[in-house]
This record gives sequence, C-alpha cells and structure tokens, in this order.
Amino acid sequence: MAQATQRSTVPAIRKDRRKAPWPIEFYRSAVGKKWVMALSGVMLMGFVVSHLIGNLKLYLGRNEVNLYSEALRDMPGHLLPRTLLLWVIRVGLMGAFAVHIHAAVTLTQTNHKARATKYQSPREYLAANYASRTMRYSGVIIIAYVIFHLSDLTFGSGPHNLRGDAYNNLIYSLQRPWAAAAYVIANLALGLHLTHGAWSMFQSLGVNNPRINAFRRHFARGFAALIVVGNLSFPIMVQLHVMEPTCSANRTPKAQVAPCARAIAETASKITAGK
Amino acid sequence: MSLSNMKLKVTVWRQAGPNAQGAFKDYDLDNISPEMSFLEMLDTLNEQLNDRGEEPIAFDHDCREGICGSCGVMIDGVPHGPERGTATCQLHMRKFQSGAHIKIEPFRASSFPINKDLSVDRSAFDRIIESGGYISAPTGTAPDANLIPIPKGVADVSMDAAQCIGCGACVAACPNGAAQLFTSAKIQHLNLMPQGQAERWDRTINMVDTMENFFGSCTNHGECEAACPKEISIDFIALMNRDFVKAQLKQRRLAGQVFP
Repeated sequence: MAQATQRSTVPAIRKDRRKAPWPIEFYRSAVGKKWVMALSGVMLMGFVVSHLIGNLKLYLGRNEVNLYSEALRDMPGHLLPRTLLLWVIRVGLMGAFAVHIHAAVTLTQTNHKARATKYQSPREYLAANYASRTMRYSGVIIIAYVIFHLSDLTFGSGPHNLRGDAYNNLIYSLQRPWAAAAYVIANLALGLHLTHGAWSMFQSLGVNNPRINAFRRHFARGFAALIVVGNLSFPIMVQLHVMEPTCSANRTPKAQVAPCARAIAETASKITAGK
Repeated sequence: MSLSNMKLKVTVWRQAGPNAQGAFKDYDLDNISPEMSFLEMLDTLNEQLNDRGEEPIAFDHDCREGICGSCGVMIDGVPHGPERGTATCQLHMRKFQSGAHIKIEPFRASSFPINKDLSVDRSAFDRIIESGGYISAPTGTAPDANLIPIPKGVADVSMDAAQCIGCGACVAACPNGAAQLFTSAKIQHLNLMPQGQAERWDRTINMVDTMENFFGSCTNHGECEAACPKEISIDFIALMNRDFVKAQLKQRRLAGQVFP
C-alpha cells in the first residue's frame, strides 16, 4: 500500500470524456486519427493521380480535353442522372479533405500540449527531414491553392472563363504569370507533402513487412516526383507558348472569346446530335 | 599521453525544484579525462561545486552500464548525446573535442515534469506499463525451456523490442512529445510471443489509451529510432498501430462482454 500512496501523479494532458460509440471512440484516439488521416490521404492521392491523368489530355488538344471534362459530368453514361456520380465523388473527396484537415489540426494541438515548455537550447534533428517537419505548412499552401484553383476554374472566376471549354479556360488562367507561379509553388508543396505523407501512411496503417519496407520510401519519392513533374509541365508549356488557346489565329485573349464560344456551341450541338 | 587533458565548457540547466524558474548556467572544467563517461564528467563537476559550497547538479543515474534506463539528458540537442545507440552513462568524453562547449538540458515533455536540474519524473511510463496488466500468482518452478515452441525469428524480433530500457529518450527526441516507440516496444515484445496472445488485444487498447493520456501523437519523423540507446526500430510502431486497429474489431465481436 505504501507504493500506492507514494506514486507520483503526473496530470494527464487530455480531458476525461464519457465513453462514446465505437467509431467516435476510435477517432478520438490519436492512433485512430492517424489511421483515418492515412486512409483519407490514400483517397486524396487517388484523386491527385487521376487529376494528373486527366490533365495529360492537354497534350492531345482542346477537343480531347473538352470531351473528357464532358465525360466526367456524364459518368457513367445513361446509368445514372447526369453529374450524380461526379457529385458523389466530389462529396467523398470533400469529406476526405475535411477529415484529413480536422485530424491534422487536433493532433497538432495535442502535440503542442504534450510539450508545453519547448527545449531552451537548439535541437539537433537526426532523422526528421524537411518534408516531415513542414507538413503543416505544405498542407496550408495546398488548401489555399485548392480554394483558388476551384474558384478560378471550377466556379469560373478566371479570365475568359467559358463553361464547358476546360482547355481554353486552363490556358487563359495559366497565361497569367502569377497564376503559373502559384501553380508551380502549390505543386512543389504538394510534392513535399507527398514525400513524407505517402511514406508515413504505411506506418500509420500498420503496413509493415520486411519484404516491402525498403520499397515504401521509394514509393513515396517516386509518387511525389511523378505528380510534380507531370503537373509542372502544364504551366511551363503554357508560359513557353507551346500550348496556346485554340480556335483563333489571333493571340490576344479578348479577341478569342467570341470565336471560342462559337466553337463550343458547335461542339456541344455535335455531342447532343451524336447521341 | 596524458589522461587528464580535456578542457570543457558546459552549460547546464539549473532548476531548484519542479515549479522553480530554471536557467542555463555555464561551468568551466579542466583535467577531464577522455576515458571518463559523461556522468563521471558531471560527477567531477559536482565535486568541484561541493568544494565551492554550491548546490551540486541533480541528475538521474543508476547502473551506469546502459541497461537500467535511469540516465538520460539532452546533450547538444540530442537525447543521450552524439553517439548513436548509446545511453548517457556509456557515452565517453573521448567523443568530444577538448575545448568543446557542451549544452546539457533535461528531457522535456509535459508528462516528464522536471524534479530538479536534469532529473525528470518519468512515472507516466509506469502508468503505461501498469495498464498493460500484471499477475501476482505464485508461478512455481520455471517451465521447461521448450514447452512452448517459438520460431527463432519471432523470438529475435520480440527480444529486439524487449531491449527497451524505458529511458524516455524517444519522448525527448520526438518533436511531438509522443511515446509511441516506448509503448510499441512494451506492447510488441509480448504481442509477438505465443504467451502474449491471450491478452493481446486488451493490452494494446489499454496501453495505447493510457499513453494518449500523457503523450503526443506520432507523425513518423523517425527521431525516436535515431535517439534510442537500444536502437529500437519504428517498425514496432507500425505493428502497434496495426494491432490497435485489429483490436477495435475484436472488441466489437466481444461487445457483450466488453460493455456489460
């Protein structure tokens, strides 16, 4: 009994809470949160890859890109109402994004609580790399860019934006040097985020096996490199005038809007006629 | 070769008590032998402080052969100092240059409150161990060595985890103040063995839950593995994460028994 009375009482850093139903209880634990973060990260990685594959259509020309963007809205043909599946995917991605950010913010708060007094002399890091230590900053850059990117192209606040003409919308947008620069910065931040995240997810999910352990870091670096190199090619190509807005001989954007609108109307009527 | 030939300047964190205001203080040392351990260097300094009538520096230590886990301070911003896989007591002064300026700070984490100077209260680790369960039954004589067959590889990995001496360097090294490496080693050295299967899932849930009462969360920096004097691998953290998620499902299956 003497032992019991002598035991020191280091206070807990988290509040006692009433036991919640299983999924909430699981998400409340830090290990559970990291698991959810890893899974939502996998979903977002899937999106990033499919977005890159879609973007590569830019090299096939305006018609292919616009047919692709139309096909996304029309998925899966006549099986579901138009844009329904697209919205299901969008809501799923927004959910993944929200839960990824919520887990990151709450875990960061916990971590700050876990070391309330910082080290008073400089730390020497042995293993933590630049990517792993800047996850929250690269994450914030990505959020900021996604908001801009959506308003610019999806909601259509970009220059000469015309609904349905994804190809020209993107090229007009990236012709602004500052927008191209923002695109480059955001993708470099994404690459940095993925360099750590795509490795870290294996650990958080408990995917650890001597046969694949050496491969996990290579996978993360390769994945990040693929995304960065692929995505960075677009603003560079636009800035080098390799990719130009199509459907006008005139290079000044203002003069192009009218002919492009005509061309889109024609494409649209062809699509409807084709059906 | 002279054995007493090192001159050092050490900057040490001095704090009179748990709630006192602490500050760094500089001390000059000469005649430090390169054969001394880091703790013997501190002993030498303490003798000089005693002679001058000053309060000696408090620091934790016990076996001084790297197996008890009592010692441990931040040396130049690294737990247990610059030598990898070495506890503070096994770090020798020959690893430093004469004339070096060494900064010594206690391990810092909210759940490692400072007792005095370099000594910290690591009893939060005891809470984690306690929550893993124990028995107090008389066990009789030792069982036959090969009564329960254990594959060599499994025994080796389990022993790798069991090397943990509970010094707290993983928490000190972690930018998040997380105790994942300690907890995962303590969970996995039992979870990997056939004898540890009966309470595997309860043990995992309970120890992780207690750990999260006191420490931060893992972001897979790998700092803990680099600082660990026993070089315990972060592979065990992944195994613990896997067991924790699996245990959730097991609990569900036993719902009637777990939530009476």
